[in-house]
Amino acid sequence: MKSWMQFLVLITSITSTSALLASGGAEGGGSQMSPVTNAKWKAECSSCHMLYHPGLLPERSWGKMMGGLDKHFGENASLDPATRDEITRFLVTNSADKSDNRRSSRINQSIPANAAPLRISETRYFTSKHDEISPVTFKRKSIGSAANCIACHQGAEKGNFSESQVKIPR
Amino acid sequence: MRNKTMLLALLFSVNALAATPQELLKQYEGQAKQESPAFSGFSAERGASFFRTARNHSNGQKVSCATCHTADPRNQGKTRANKVIEPMATIANPQRFTDAAKVEKWFGRNCKDVLERACNAQEKGDYIQYLISIK
Ligand code: HEC
Ligand code: HEC
Ligand code: HEC
Repeated sequence: MKSWMQFLVLITSITSTSALLASGGAEGGGSQMSPVTNAKWKAECSSCHMLYHPGLLPERSWGKMMGGLDKHFGENASLDPATRDEITRFLVTNSADKSDNRRSSRINQSIPANAAPLRISETRYFTSKHDEISPVTFKRKSIGSAANCIACHQGAEKGNFSESQVKIPR
Repeated sequence: MRNKTMLLALLFSVNALAATPQELLKQYEGQAKQESPAFSGFSAERGASFFRTARNHSNGQKVSCATCHTADPRNQGKTRANKVIEPMATIANPQRFTDAAKVEKWFGRNCKDVLERACNAQEKGDYIQYLISIK
């Protein structure tokens, strides 16, 4: 083989192995949520705050939230019916009780079957993972509230909450 | 009937596409004339005071458009959830008032949040007039 061909083969095998590795972590059954996306969801659910990954709440929570967007945490976030329905389908398909990654399963298990919380930041899973952070820290100007995951978890919008990516801003 | 639906659909899709603030003002002018025969144009001054005036909301808070869009709309604002809002004044953000559907969506939401009612065409026009007049 010519040396440039060997080089090409080498590069191709490296990239395909790393692609395989990357998808292995993201696919069902892994520890992290899959980096799912939908254009309408991205456009409509990120103007007031970060994008919350669908795998953070169960289907019944998303259903309840999407049915009351005109009174969404004290604000009017209403959408036209077609957009609302498309986003609801996306959220439900990828919700915590429909995903088989470890993180989503644990969140789901921490919510009583008869409850449909609208806040991730009030689930038992969340409070147990953040019990060492004081309320004063969450109120810092650079953070705002516990709901602002992305202030500390850089990969939050992709559903990445791994410990290696956590940094609490001053 | 079919033709009428098609025409409506066409009009709607044209509306949803890129527009200029002037085109939006024209549309609101048409509506304002229908809403009030006494309509005599839009005013940047009225828009400025509309933008800044704080109202007593029934939830006990004082709110204005400036609460989120800041008193100087050439600056970035902030949502209640701490996310940056790009400036509202077109001099600082030429993207503003170029998408009729987006503008209507946010007037719909924010007027209800601040005034607890819908805005009329006069108020919408004054508001845009103010934000495009800032140098
Ligand atoms: C008009 C502004 C606005 C829009 C648009 C909006 N939200 Fe919200 N949302 C809020 C506010 C305000 C809060 C409360 C934030 C806080 O307490 O810091 C919130 C909170 C949330 C929370 C709870 C976060 C937590 O764990 O505490 C979720 C989940 C959420 N929104 C999902 C959505 C989804 C899904 C959409 C799109 C359909 C959406 N939001 C669109 C304003 C908005
Ligand atoms: C003030 C910063 C801060 C905010 C805001 C915050 N977190 Fe965290 N989070 C942390 C820290 C610190 C840890 C602990 C990391 C560790 O154990 O090393 C953590 C841990 C976690 C973990 C567990 C990670 C693991 O693998 O054990 C998850 C999941 C998580 N956070 C999700 C969220 C979500 C969802 C939100 C928003 C609703 C959020 N966090 C908001 C700082 C924050
Ligand atoms: C609670 C915060 C908040 C308040 C109060 C608020 N807005 Fe907004 N407004 C937003 C957000 C968030 C956006 C969308 C952000 C973006 O497009 O960058 C927005 C966007 C808009 C837009 C879309 C402009 C464009 O072309 O992009 C208009 C029009 C608007 N607001 C009008 C108003 C008016 C009128 C008031 C006062 C009656 C008001 N807003 C008060 C948060 C607010």
